[in-house]
Parts: sequence; structure tokens; C-alpha cells
Amino acid sequence: MTVHARVLVRPKAGILDPQGVAVERALPALGFEGVSNVHVGRLIELEIEDPSQLESMCEMLLANPLIEDYEIVPVQRPDADG
Amino acid sequence: MKFGVIRFPGTCDEVDAVLACERVPGASAQLLWHRDADLAGVDAVVVPGGFSYGDYLRVGAIARFSPVMESVIRFARDGGLVLGICNGFQVLCEAGLLPGALLPNIERRFICRQVNVEVVRSRFPFTADTAAGERLSIPVKHTTGRYYAPPEDLETIESGGQVLLRYADDANPNGSSNDIAGVSNAAGNVFGLMPHPEHAVDPLSGSVDGLKIFTSMAHAHG
Repeated sequence: MTVHARVLVRPKAGILDPQGVAVERALPALGFEGVSNVHVGRLIELEIEDPSQLESMCEMLLANPLIEDYEIVPVQRPDADG
Repeated sequence: MKFGVIRFPGTCDEVDAVLACERVPGASAQLLWHRDADLAGVDAVVVPGGFSYGDYLRVGAIARFSPVMESVIRFARDGGLVLGICNGFQVLCEAGLLPGALLPNIERRFICRQVNVEVVRSRFPFTADTAAGERLSIPVKHTTGRYYAPPEDLETIESGGQVLLRYADDANPNGSSNDIAGVSNAAGNVFGLMPHPEHAVDPLSGSVDGLKIFTSMAHAHG
């Protein structure tokens, strides 16, 4: 049986994130004021048989721990949704 | 001296790299296919520029796990000469053969222009045919060329003399830490740089300075 999992990958704090800066600068042009600390990352969705593998998957491929932080979002079992 | 130049799906600079290697007196070059783990007995490996495996996920991330790269990693650990150019530099960082990583350019744009890089160290084997302080005119063309290493790693790299090339004239095109354009591993047998020496080997393209990287490697081989 497989479970769904989500991995969020974002630039490490302290490393300049030009994409985040670009978005942050664009928002006031549309009238959205007071927005700061914008960061743009990646969302990876997958179905996996053994979620215990997620951690090493992140370390080896899904993220580069030197420049990115990752967060494994608690997996949801489709059959538990009722 | 036999150079091997790797071709991944999405590589685009391998032919120029082969032509550059073949300009070195007494040298020959052949392509190495990404799925082939056999390095065909080459004396040095060039990981060229391009967009390996589409650069999906992260630049260089997927190429690092190809059969040929597993062999290149062993080859490098045994002391073999490995040169990574642009995407090849990114692949070598992802493979852990070089310190640090490459991030998107600070200005968020693709850059394509001739730059001057200064030789920091004339070091065997990659910059032996240059002099410290010499300027090399070599083009850059990349979107993800901002060299980054965590502060403690950066200090190790600097104090260990691993920085071989820096962007000169305060004209750092991409926001790289310490203006670093090219860095080697601690042992000195693996070197990566964002500028493209293989595009600066013929007077027709404005500079032949890039050839010195390839001739240095050949002289190191003896």
C-alpha cells in the first residue's frame, strides 16, 4: 500500500533568494503592501510504499542540504480519509 | 594524453570541449555516454556544459547519479584529473567532488558575455600554464552560476589555496562568494569553473586564453 507524502524544499535562511526578492518587489505594484520575507521553494508530491525512506531521499536527491532546508509534511493515508 | 568528454541528455557543449582538447598538441578526445560506466581508459575527464537531464529538480542533481558519474567519482577518488565546466561544475558539486554549490544569479537573469578572470594560483595541474595574477578572457553563459559555500567551508577553501580563478575588475557577474569563478578540491585533481574555456580556444571567437586550462592538464599528465 502506498501513502501520499509532500516534501517542501526552501532556500536556507541567510542565503539570498532572488526569486523571493523578485516576488516581494512585484507585490506592491499590485497594491499589496506590507509583505516581507518572501521565499520561493519547491513542493514535491509523491506516493510512497515506505515513508521511512523519505528522510534519506531528501538528503540524497530531493534537496541539497548545503543550500536548502526541507520539510516532510505528515503523510496522509488515503484509506483513512473515510 | 586521452581526454574523455561526458555527454548526458541535455549536454550542449561537449563538441566544443572535444575540439578544445584536440587542440592540445599530442592529445586526443572522445565522448563518453552517460549510461556507459566504462571510462574507456581516458587519462582525464571533462564534464562539459549544458542542461544535463534537463536540469530538472536542481541543476546537476540528477546527472550525479548516472552510471558514468559513478565511475567518474571513483576515478577522481583515485587521483584522476576531472574538469567540470559550467553545468559540469554544478554536477561535480552535487556529486560531492567539489565543495559548495551553484545558486541562481543574483540578478535572476541569464548572462552571456566575455569576462576577465584572474588566476589566483598557478597550480599544478589545471592552471600550471598560467601565471598568478594573469587575466584570462573567457565567456560565461549561465543562469545558475552564483558560487556559494557555507562560511566555514569558504574559509577552508580560501586557506587551502583551492580558489584558482576569480572574476576580475570588480565585475563579478553573478554574485559568487569572494568573486570565485573556479575552485578545486583539496587534493587538487578536480577543478570546476563557471566560465567556458572551451569557447575561448580560437582567435575567431576573440580569445585563445581558455586553451591554457587544457594544455595545463596535458602537461600535468606528462
